Amino acid sequence: MFKNILFGFCLFLLASISQSSFAATTIVAVATNFSKPMTKIVAGFEKATGHSANLSFGSTGKFVSQMENGSPFEILLAADEKGPEKLIKDGFAVSGSQFIYAVGKLVLWSATPGYVDAQGKILSAGGFKHLALADPKLAPYGVAAIEVLNGLKLQDKLQALIVQGESIAQAYQFVSTGNAELGFVSLSQVYDNGKVSSGSAWIIPEELHAPIKQAAVLLKNGVQNPAATALLTYLKSAPALEIIKKYGYDLAQ
Amino acid sequence: MLSSADLDTLLLTFKVAGIATTILLLVGTPLAWWLTRTRSVWKGPINAIVALPLVLPPTVLGFYLLVLMGPTGAIGQLTNWLGLGTLPFTFYGLVVGSVLYSIPFVVQPLQTAFAMIGKQPLEAAATLRASPFDSFFSVVMPLAKPGFITATILGFTHTVGEFGVVLMIGGNIPNKTRVVSVQIYNHVEALEYTDAHWLAGCLLLFSFTVLLILYTQLKASTVTQPFK
Amino acid sequence: MTDIKARFRLAYDDFSLNVDLSLPGTGVSVLFGQSGSGKTTLLRCIAGLEQAPKGYLKINGTIWQDSERKIFLPTYKRPLGYVFQDANLFSHLTVLDNLQYGLKRIKNNLGIIKLNQTIELLGVGHLLERMPSNLSGGERQRIAIARALALNPEILLMDEPLASLDLKRKQEILPYLSRLHQQLDIPVLYVTHSQQEVAQLADTLVILENGRCLASGPLAETQSRLDLPLAQDREAATVWQVHIAEHESDYHLTRVQFDGGSLSLSLVEAEIGSPLRVQIYARDVSIALTEPSATSILNVLPAVIKQITEGRDSQAVVQLKVGQQLLLAHITRKSLLMLGLRIGMSVFVQIKGTSILN
Repeated sequence: MFKNILFGFCLFLLASISQSSFAATTIVAVATNFSKPMTKIVAGFEKATGHSANLSFGSTGKFVSQMENGSPFEILLAADEKGPEKLIKDGFAVSGSQFIYAVGKLVLWSATPGYVDAQGKILSAGGFKHLALADPKLAPYGVAAIEVLNGLKLQDKLQALIVQGESIAQAYQFVSTGNAELGFVSLSQVYDNGKVSSGSAWIIPEELHAPIKQAAVLLKNGVQNPAATALLTYLKSAPALEIIKKYGYDLAQ
Repeated sequence: MLSSADLDTLLLTFKVAGIATTILLLVGTPLAWWLTRTRSVWKGPINAIVALPLVLPPTVLGFYLLVLMGPTGAIGQLTNWLGLGTLPFTFYGLVVGSVLYSIPFVVQPLQTAFAMIGKQPLEAAATLRASPFDSFFSVVMPLAKPGFITATILGFTHTVGEFGVVLMIGGNIPNKTRVVSVQIYNHVEALEYTDAHWLAGCLLLFSFTVLLILYTQLKASTVTQPFK
Repeated sequence: MTDIKARFRLAYDDFSLNVDLSLPGTGVSVLFGQSGSGKTTLLRCIAGLEQAPKGYLKINGTIWQDSERKIFLPTYKRPLGYVFQDANLFSHLTVLDNLQYGLKRIKNNLGIIKLNQTIELLGVGHLLERMPSNLSGGERQRIAIARALALNPEILLMDEPLASLDLKRKQEILPYLSRLHQQLDIPVLYVTHSQQEVAQLADTLVILENGRCLASGPLAETQSRLDLPLAQDREAATVWQVHIAEHESDYHLTRVQFDGGSLSLSLVEAEIGSPLRVQIYARDVSIALTEPSATSILNVLPAVIKQITEGRDSQAVVQLKVGQQLLLAHITRKSLLMLGLRIGMSVFVQIKGTSILN
């Protein structure tokens, strides 16, 4: 009898040890614009692999400075390529581990239905008081927005109307609350089930701005963690790519 | 060194803080006085409302201000109706936001100072022919001087250091709403650490000097005129 | 002649005030009672610092409050002077600025003359540059009195001005109050719980208890009323207003005249004819049926018994009339019985001791 109990206890111990060695948890920093698809992807990832992932959402710039100062993140899904490159150059991320997981699409959006026309003529027609965009110094979507305005030769004309959000999330808030009549936001913010879900929008043609490449990178913290490498692999799998597309992103060529 | 854009944000910040502090004192003084003296049932609710900005995280407060002052918000509709347009992304929107955000830092020290005076000096003033209005200026204000100095310091510094609200309702427009705290934040976010250090250093130095002068003044005045 | 009509009714949770008073327009009226009797509340109602829901107040022909007609003059419009228990000087102003605070706010500016007079009257000239925190309690209270008087008020209200002072400070201020008493021609309402201050200052005595007025009238009359607890008190006394008649310097004595007779006192340094208050404790008065011929007691006076009460224990209180003055005597019930004292009897009183109050 006693032997049986001991045997059972040993089995249980073994099981829990193997659990901890095979199913691990990784800590991931995610650019805010990718929060919705990433949550979905992680749900699938946990089901498929048994590993789990803790997600933190925030701005890429803030994550980079935190990572260079000892934060425990193991993966960065950045909003640009600059952040991962800097982390590799400064020796905090694994060289060669970076790849483009999504290409963001820029959209000129208004919360008012019918306000923005399908060709974006409203930009030259005017009649609005505020045009929101993300700070080009801080957000790649802001850089793309400025490229669009430059390409349309509207930058000088509209400069006085520009209000900057510190992130694409804030630009979205300016427009969604109606404080800015329209603004450049990320398609993923206004996209649901394959179409723009509210207000009116002009999806900016790709030739008007350089592609907004969002890169992922493995940090040196995460090299030993099987969950971290597994998640990066899963991010390139078909189910993950499906979700990324559904939220209005393009995939890397 | 400081770029001229950085310098502009410093000047703008002190302009916002100066105007906001002036408004806070003008509005906060009667409000604090009323709160100290009233026995109205509204005392509790108003006190709670005044303290609310302490509870809400600044960016959350900023978000609600953005909604309230926007074209569909109550305040926005009022300002539109008054022909003022909407307040977000304007200098005065920033002032309004700062006033709301800093109000407990001005009202509460004043309330404490007024409560400490008690009603006795006011009764003495009344028996010496001073109307309530008169006695407020001739008795309450001088006796509450330390409270006024504290309220001014806290109101001003809190507005200078305020970030979340202006980030939300400012729109980062140079010379209009780009204040120093947002500028430092942007430098840090853009990994321009040297610029951030310079600007933060100047802000600290200036603020320290102002505070030092005020506090030494406060000490001197309590020595020559002991408050009991 | 009645110049002050005051009627107030107010109720708090644990206290109510219900008084109806008529007081003379001159001299000092003392509002006397234990703490909680409502004397301070009454004074505050008169000043307008407290607003009784039901009240009527008329001072020298002017209505200050009439709740039926919804009249309530705010304090700052009432031509009064008020002295608080704890002086209540403005701590941010110098003594001189405190004294001038009220003056700057009245239109009729005989101010400076009046201010200089009061500064001299209260002996505070050397304190003018000081801050209130650098004054003693007695000095503060003198400044407070001067500050109230400088306004040339129509009535002076004083709320226990000596209560917060120790005995030494009290002795320092009382002479100033007595001088005021003689020199002021305005009515003074003076709140106190001290019998000594009553004896020293009162012309009219108002006795308050539990928010009601027990008695009100001229000092000697009220003091000697046998239906009041005051007459039973160990410290029961009557105060006589007298004038100095002559000095007998050989014996170191002074003779003083009152309405209907004279008394011998130990020498008083004052001019012939000047007024004086003399207090006679009831316990110092004894009664004889015939004029004692062989006695060491100097003051033996004919008197008529007006009233008698048998108090508790062994004591009886007899109210007598000497000339026009009322006098109380505390004697034993046994003596009362043995002498067969009755109302209306003519007797002789022997006064063992007197105290001179000013």
